[in-house]
Amino acid sequence: MSYFLITRASSTIGTRSCLVNYFLLDWCTRGLSLSCIYLYFYFAVKKSEVECLLRVFHSLVEKANVRLNNFGLDRNAFRAILHSIFGMTDDMLMNRVFFAFDKDNDNCINAKEWVKGLSVFLRGTFEEKLKFCFEVYYLNGDGYISREEIFDMLKNSLHQQTSEEETDEGIKELVDITLKKMDYDNDGKISFADFEKAVKEERLLLEVFGPRLPEAKVQCQ
Amino acid sequence: MGVALARSAQWTAARYGTRALETTPLNEAILEEIMMFVESFIYKHPQEAKYVFVEPLEWKTNLDPSAFESGYIVSETTVKSEEVDKDGQPLLFLSVPHIKIRSFGQLSRFLLTAKDTKLKEAQACIEANEGPVTKILGLDYNTMKEDTSVVNILDKITKEEDPASEIKMKLGKLLEQLDLHLLNHSLRHISLEIRLNPTIVKNDIELLKHFSGKGEQTVLESIDYTSDYEFSNGCRAPPWRQIHGEICYVLVKPHDVETLCITCSAEGVFLNGGKTNDEGEINYERKSEIYKDLVTFLKEKSAKFSENMSKQDVRFSEEWKKEKEEPKEAPKKEEAAAPRKALPASSKSMLEKNQINFGKSQMTKRLEPSLNWKATIDFKEHKSLLRDIQEEKRGGRLESKSAEKIEEMISESSSESEEDEEPPDHRQEANADLPSEYWQIQKLVKYLKGGNQTATVIALCSMKDFNLAQETCQLAIRDVGGLEVLINLLDTDEVKCKIGSLKILKEISHNPQIRRNIVDLGGLPILVNILDSPHKSLKCLAAETIANVAKFRRARRAVRRHGGITKLVALLDCAQNSGEPAQSSLYDARDVEVARCGALALWSCSKSYANKEAIRRAGGILLLAGLLKTSHENMLIPVVGTLQECASEENYRAAIKAERIIENLVKNLNSENEQLQEHCAMAIYQCAEDKETRDLVRLHGGLKPLASLLNNTDNKERLAAVTGAIWKCSISKENVTKFREYKAIETLVGLLTDQPEEVLVNVVGALGECCQEYENRVLVRKCGGIQPLVNLLVGINQTLLVNVTKAVGACAVEPESMMIIDRLDGVRLLWSLLKNPHPDVKASAAWALCPCIQNAKDAGEMVRSFVGGLELVVNLLKSDNKEVLASVCAAITNIAKDQENLAVITDHGVVPLLSKLANTNNDKLRRHLAEAISRCCMWGRNRVTFGEYKAVAPLVRYLKSNDANVHRATAQALYQLSEDADNCITMHENGAVKLLLDMVGSPDQDLQEAAAGCISNIRRLALATEKARYT
Repeated sequence: MSYFLITRASSTIGTRSCLVNYFLLDWCTRGLSLSCIYLYFYFAVKKSEVECLLRVFHSLVEKANVRLNNFGLDRNAFRAILHSIFGMTDDMLMNRVFFAFDKDNDNCINAKEWVKGLSVFLRGTFEEKLKFCFEVYYLNGDGYISREEIFDMLKNSLHQQTSEEETDEGIKELVDITLKKMDYDNDGKISFADFEKAVKEERLLLEVFGPRLPEAKVQCQ
Repeated sequence: MGVALARSAQWTAARYGTRALETTPLNEAILEEIMMFVESFIYKHPQEAKYVFVEPLEWKTNLDPSAFESGYIVSETTVKSEEVDKDGQPLLFLSVPHIKIRSFGQLSRFLLTAKDTKLKEAQACIEANEGPVTKILGLDYNTMKEDTSVVNILDKITKEEDPASEIKMKLGKLLEQLDLHLLNHSLRHISLEIRLNPTIVKNDIELLKHFSGKGEQTVLESIDYTSDYEFSNGCRAPPWRQIHGEICYVLVKPHDVETLCITCSAEGVFLNGGKTNDEGEINYERKSEIYKDLVTFLKEKSAKFSENMSKQDVRFSEEWKKEKEEPKEAPKKEEAAAPRKALPASSKSMLEKNQINFGKSQMTKRLEPSLNWKATIDFKEHKSLLRDIQEEKRGGRLESKSAEKIEEMISESSSESEEDEEPPDHRQEANADLPSEYWQIQKLVKYLKGGNQTATVIALCSMKDFNLAQETCQLAIRDVGGLEVLINLLDTDEVKCKIGSLKILKEISHNPQIRRNIVDLGGLPILVNILDSPHKSLKCLAAETIANVAKFRRARRAVRRHGGITKLVALLDCAQNSGEPAQSSLYDARDVEVARCGALALWSCSKSYANKEAIRRAGGILLLAGLLKTSHENMLIPVVGTLQECASEENYRAAIKAERIIENLVKNLNSENEQLQEHCAMAIYQCAEDKETRDLVRLHGGLKPLASLLNNTDNKERLAAVTGAIWKCSISKENVTKFREYKAIETLVGLLTDQPEEVLVNVVGALGECCQEYENRVLVRKCGGIQPLVNLLVGINQTLLVNVTKAVGACAVEPESMMIIDRLDGVRLLWSLLKNPHPDVKASAAWALCPCIQNAKDAGEMVRSFVGGLELVVNLLKSDNKEVLASVCAAITNIAKDQENLAVITDHGVVPLLSKLANTNNDKLRRHLAEAISRCCMWGRNRVTFGEYKAVAPLVRYLKSNDANVHRATAQALYQLSEDADNCITMHENGAVKLLLDMVGSPDQDLQEAAAGCISNIRRLALATEKARYT
């Protein structure tokens, strides 16, 4: 299995050149053992990169799932990782990232999903990230981001105003603004085509409904 | 109440220590109102009167405990109310002299008890309690009140079914009503004490003028302004007095008093020190009290005026009534301002009415009027002045501000004047018809302000979809306060917000007003800091924004002051590092972009001298030279643009030569891009002052593209740059030969008509250089170039005139051309240019006259035909410009060839004038002066006169000069002068013989001859003397 995985994964990670990611360096300086492994991973090349990822995965699984005897990361463990390593704080958001990683919907991330997910997460091409973000944003699996979903995602985006109703009103308007901008076919929801078009026009919209990707801060170094 | 107290009440200046209310009518009125409110409170709102304050109102009272009657427990030094709160504390507690009161009921009673002293008590209470509303209702009420929507408050009441809070709310509403009432009231008061403005003053004076004149019936004998000039803001006072609020000065002659010199200022009317006798200067110092207007002032000063005014008043008020000009306003006015009536009052009352109306409308709209409206409404047309005055009144900042401005002017000397003057800032009228974009943008700005990062990004992206190139949108963003937020966002850590914000700033900063606002809001330091960011797109956007903003002087200076130049120069380095020459094609596109934006910003910045220097010191030249080797057109334009801008500096030109930049400039002349061609040509134009550079341009094959670019005349800017480059290049003879080869001269002649001045200057300059050669002169004549050249002699552009005269002069060397010039009356035109005020033009015209006189047929007659021409020329010898003097000397040399003319100029006193010039070190002047002297010696007693005016001794010293031309001219002059015996003695005394003996050995035949002739004259004199002595 591992051979198959390595070939698949290396094709995903691809031939993109490797740069030191400051983000991880930062973690390294904080002395986290995990980050050291990450750093190692970042200095290595394709094949060894995947091996590293796998090693990390195993060590994480060992840590998290000793009692479950379950070969994979469950949601809580994964969220803990997202929180401690990628600095994500939003619960809902982390859930969504988990679901996006968990391709086979078994509520558990196995080694393959881990490697694939992280390759996009950390080094994906623009198209891959686009796809990843879109997956994170739609929840109910119908392939569209609906108005209600946008509302859910944006509901914390305004500072609390005097009354709840006012805030809700504000967010509703914000949703309208967003839809006006991104819903090109005017069907009241955002399809992947809409999303792709909007993001290609304005890169800032990639993470339009909340930060999803870790490297935004250092992307252009 | 809070708002009214905070804003309207006139607090004494001392902010620290105890606050005190000034005893002004306004304050008294406010207190009166508050008292009425409080006194009646207990009857009108018994329920609310029982409400216990969150904190007691405390102050020092003068009331004696004995004054309290029933309902109070009175002891010698203390008083307690029988009324108590839930915890049994008394609601009124007096411990002499401190008093604490905790309900409106008790307040009401207290005031009733106080009787006569209640005004003082109320004042003391308000002085001692800062923020009474907060004390009464508690802090939360005040914060909640931030958004004053009634709905909100009602909402809260209905939600909380608590009776206590309901009372509190009612109380809150009551207080708010009082507040509103107070504001209305105080507004009415304020409106009565209007400050004067130019319109009022002007109307007053105009009206008084109507009723002035001789006779008993008139109010005044005369009334006049001291100055006829009226500034655009309606003031007549000089600007430096306008700063003090002074509007104009008036000289008034009443019937019974001496002439009064009066200052009308925004504060009122007063007597000044009068006109000082000698220079008509006004002594601005105030010599009397300030009166509220001109009429009041005059009534005070002149009894007769007062008397006649009242007679007139009757008449006018009748007239006014007939015209039904606001009859209702009249009685009210009489109360307010009893002495002044119809005449000035009616014009004023209208104004007042307007102001009151405006005040009201504004208040109902915003519920928060401030005293500012005085400045904003009626003074709109001259607000800049009066706003400044108000500012000065408020904070005394004005002086420092203007001082700073002056300093700014001095410290920065921009080479470009476009846009340097700051246009007045116009804000959109609040009530004008606003486009729908305005409201949409306002909504988006709200999200920028109140949203988290996600909402901000959405709002930014959405804002970007507006047409930001449109002025309405640009100004809308600013007017709803978006600019502040956008700049603020740049200070955050959120890369995305920064990018979004910069993308918008970049677009809207094309607007000059927005640029200024960005600078005013302190945006430049932040932008400069972003240049350090590791994020490349951020750097690019920041640099591009700086490029847009730094289009005016203040901004450029700010960029430099914050170290922006160094950082921008560092941006240029990006491309350099990543691209070794070997792999220059592999430049990372983003690095190129960064360097391009950096160059773009530098281009904008390089319009200031100091910035050019800063760029050079930061090592910018080398980097620019490096970037010039690339082939990205987008990159080349700003790079060449910067170079071209900087090439006005000497050390840049040297560096440009040293860094082999010329080669690349020439290469880029061949590019397809017109803008790039233009800037390259411009840079060559700047640099080609230097001979080596001109040769370099030729060696790198730059002349051919220049010549071929001449054929495209549609793009005038480029044409101007190209012709400029050709002009400067043609200073070298080799280049001229090349140009002739490329048929450029014919094309240049074709460009002599129908071109803008910038082009003409260069074309004519180039022709002037080319015509130094015979073949080209012939060519120009054959192409019909002389006619348009002569036509250009009537222009007014000084640079153009200098070039035209030079070109005409060059053509005149050719007798055939001279005939054409003469036929076209060119000589007369040249001659009249001697009267041009500018010395360069004078000199150039005089030079041009020389070949004309030389080559004209019957030159003497021609010269004499110009009435007053010879006198004019002789008088030019009084100039102090060396070039003018030299050229005039040369002209005189030519004029003096004709005996009759020589006689005329001798009569005009040319000899003493020439003699006076003899003491000079300027070789050019020496040469032409000596020639002129030698010519002028040919008439009458001139030789002797030169000797008398002591011109000989200095001439002898000319022989020590290093210039062979000076030697020849001097020797010839000395030869002429030596015909006179006295001059020979002077020469001999000054050691001329030895110097002349050296000259005899010169290879120059003329010099030899003249020197020998002179020596022989001296020698002959010596022999004759000896002979005389021995016989």
